[in-house]
Amino acid sequence: MQVTINGKPEEVGGETILEILKAKDISPQMVAVELNSKILERDELAGTVVKNGDAIELLFFMGGGR
Amino acid sequence: MAFIPDSEEQVTRYSRHILLPEVGGKGQKKIGQARVLIVGAGGLGSPAAFYLAAAGVGTIGLIDGDVVDLSNLQRQVIHQTADIGRPKVESARARILALNPNVAVETHYTRLTAENALDIIGRYDIVLDGVDNFPAKFLINDACFFAQKPLVHGGILRFDGRVFTILPGKSACYRCVFKQPPPPGLVASCQEAGVIGALAGIIGTIQATEVLKLILDRGRLLTDRLLDYDARLTRFREIKVSRNPKCPLCGDQPEITQLFEHEPEVCAVKTA
Repeated sequence: MQVTINGKPEEVGGETILEILKAKDISPQMVAVELNSKILERDELAGTVVKNGDAIELLFFMGGGR
Repeated sequence: MAFIPDSEEQVTRYSRHILLPEVGGKGQKKIGQARVLIVGAGGLGSPAAFYLAAAGVGTIGLIDGDVVDLSNLQRQVIHQTADIGRPKVESARARILALNPNVAVETHYTRLTAENALDIIGRYDIVLDGVDNFPAKFLINDACFFAQKPLVHGGILRFDGRVFTILPGKSACYRCVFKQPPPPGLVASCQEAGVIGALAGIIGTIQATEVLKLILDRGRLLTDRLLDYDARLTRFREIKVSRNPKCPLCGDQPEITQLFEHEPEVCAVKTA
């Protein structure tokens, strides 16, 4: 099954968003997750199973400026 | 105030703007009447202040409670070596006036806080975020929502940068995407992370361009989309976002009804 993560096609196998984050070693507190242009609540990550063709955006914090 | 159409000096100074159909004499006058607040006279604030001053923005407000440090000069191009130890707002004011004496510069030599934010932000038309920490970024977002002021957000980290324009109540806000700051220590945002200096120029300059578009009411703003820039790959990416009904600030059932400051982050590695 193919999804796009941050614009790049990736193969995943029926996982939840939380499992995808774990596989990438990303703590859910480090990112905002958007699925098909909609921001997911943090408590939705474990229950959201990705489907073929889904577009996932992992938005990392960027706190600098000075 | 900063643009007098019958002044030859000014018509010449702004001629490359006036030539643009999107600007013209009318637009240049609007720029001259605008009041823009730059929060943070640092990496993002430096290029933004230079270009907004050069553009003839009538009043530029600068708020920053820090003094110039040697380690700032790798990217904070509005300050010079001789300015080390001087308040950043003073150093930046001197450079702005040297570039364009028509600009009125208002300096606020203090940190933006929950107590002073609404008062200071309330005096300006548009706010540009050039701060370097999450509590301040969230405070600016919240204050601009309560004061109903357009905000041009910017962020940089290592080789990555982001710009995002917010029209409070009309387009997605920072909290629609990022509800709250990351837990302290999890995401680098302070001295230890590092940043490629020229990146600040790119992101701050895009922010300044957004401010000018807001003043001129021309073009398509960076609202409801994040513009992310990866300097390693020289690649821009746009991420569509939208107002979040569950946003704790501007959503259907807001939990945040007054200004507050998140706990400051503690840097994992302190530099001397």
